[in-house]
Amino acid sequence: MQRHLISAADLTRDDAVLILDTAEEMARVADRPIKKLPTLRGRTVVNLFFEDSTRTRISFEAAEKRLSADVINFTAKGSSVSKGESLKDTAQTLEAMGVDAVVIRHGASGAPYRLATSGWIDAAVINAGDGTHQHPTQALLDAFTMRRRLVGRDAGIGHDLSGKRITIVGDILHSRVARSNVDLLHTLGAEVTLVAPPTLVPVGVESWPCEISYDLDSTLSKSDAVMMLRVQRERMNAAFFPTEREYSRRYGLDGDRMAKMPEHAIVMHPGPMVRGMEITAEVADSDRCTVVEQVANGVSIRMAVLYLLLGGNEPAVTHTRTEEK
Amino acid sequence: MDTEHDKQQYEADARPVLEAPDIARVLTRIAHEIVERAKGADDVVLLGIPTRGVFLARRLADKLEEITARKIPVGSLDITMYRDDLRMHPPRALARTEIPGDGIDGRLVVLVDDVLFSGRTIRAALDALNDIGRPRAVQLAVLVDRGHRELPIRADYVGKNLPTSLRETVKVQLAEEDGRDTVLLGAKRTSPDAQQ
Repeated sequence: MQRHLISAADLTRDDAVLILDTAEEMARVADRPIKKLPTLRGRTVVNLFFEDSTRTRISFEAAEKRLSADVINFTAKGSSVSKGESLKDTAQTLEAMGVDAVVIRHGASGAPYRLATSGWIDAAVINAGDGTHQHPTQALLDAFTMRRRLVGRDAGIGHDLSGKRITIVGDILHSRVARSNVDLLHTLGAEVTLVAPPTLVPVGVESWPCEISYDLDSTLSKSDAVMMLRVQRERMNAAFFPTEREYSRRYGLDGDRMAKMPEHAIVMHPGPMVRGMEITAEVADSDRCTVVEQVANGVSIRMAVLYLLLGGNEPAVTHTRTEEK
Repeated sequence: MDTEHDKQQYEADARPVLEAPDIARVLTRIAHEIVERAKGADDVVLLGIPTRGVFLARRLADKLEEITARKIPVGSLDITMYRDDLRMHPPRALARTEIPGDGIDGRLVVLVDDVLFSGRTIRAALDALNDIGRPRAVQLAVLVDRGHRELPIRADYVGKNLPTSLRETVKVQLAEEDGRDTVLLGAKRTSPDAQQ
């Protein structure tokens, strides 16, 4: 039984579709005069953020509050962690306070997995991004945005993304968003192509369920959605490309390149965008760019995940792939 | 989950208490009662509780439109997130909440459900309504009232009062979902979760 959401690869197709369908109903709460549901009343959720994040933390907080959970925010800066406390001690402190779920973001890949499997705490663990490993709720909200735009809001209910061609462009090496998306989109039946300079493609990518290309222009016309990734300078400790200008010319999305995409195709970005680097202002501000929509959808997806993991006496997301074998 | 065999077995054992023509007549009567009590049904909004309440609400709306020659707003109200037994089961899949465009503020909301039993569903529906707006009044229409209330709730419009024992089950089948219109009275199987 799965109580945690650690990796997008743990979700079966049916689990993923259930989360997307639930999010579609959650999205309707945002249109109401009172944007609140009593579902998680009396449950305590801790947002444990060891790494800077605005978007994800606020999104989780909004989702938790809309479901009436009690929310505790914990950021590493100015906390006991900066005095040298270990993850284990922090976890045990939270356990002693009677926490029902922990939403964790950590700079080290595998920290959420360690927290979930170590026996330090009983709470459900939701990965909100760990190092360069996984960011499952981001992948879910991306899939949700694609399903809404490419299949339809109501037409999409109960359906996956079979046959949709998704191109992910940019810093694949440092991107947990790319890893999570490849796993989830493959599960949902989409065909994923990664486009990046060879230096920004991780070792072992051949085993991923996707295609690799080094040429952006040739893949654009065959894409239903193009997802641009930010170049993560904070994780770069070497020169991966000669100059920013060269990167931008070969792998940046501008108006001319966008014109090569099919009429219905959308441009996505997990944010924060660096305008002028991977995406031009013209593209970022166009109707085809779903950045703002993705943020709104993020709250719905996180509400769905919290409801399905915490709403009942046991999680609704029960089948892990490892159990199926 | 019921297997196909179990379902057939149940239907073979169960006794129909309302057939398709009865259901149609009952809905016509309820529609007339609504018009009578609401003095013309000017401000009526029908909200069905998923799954089968929604189909009943749509049928009632059609009948009301025949009687009043006016468009009657109809929607659905999912109560899953407001249930008092959420913590006792795995989370249920959500159904659609669809509030008609003009909202429910100041209007007469008629909740529509198939079976009135413990009254807990209706309590949850009243809580859900509270978060959506402030109706002038709320009334309740049900196809079958089978008794055994656990809360001080009663229906304003009842299709059929059906005295039952707790060992019996009442199952409403509607053409939109089940392919035929009928209300079945059967015996509860040994498994305690046979009844929702």
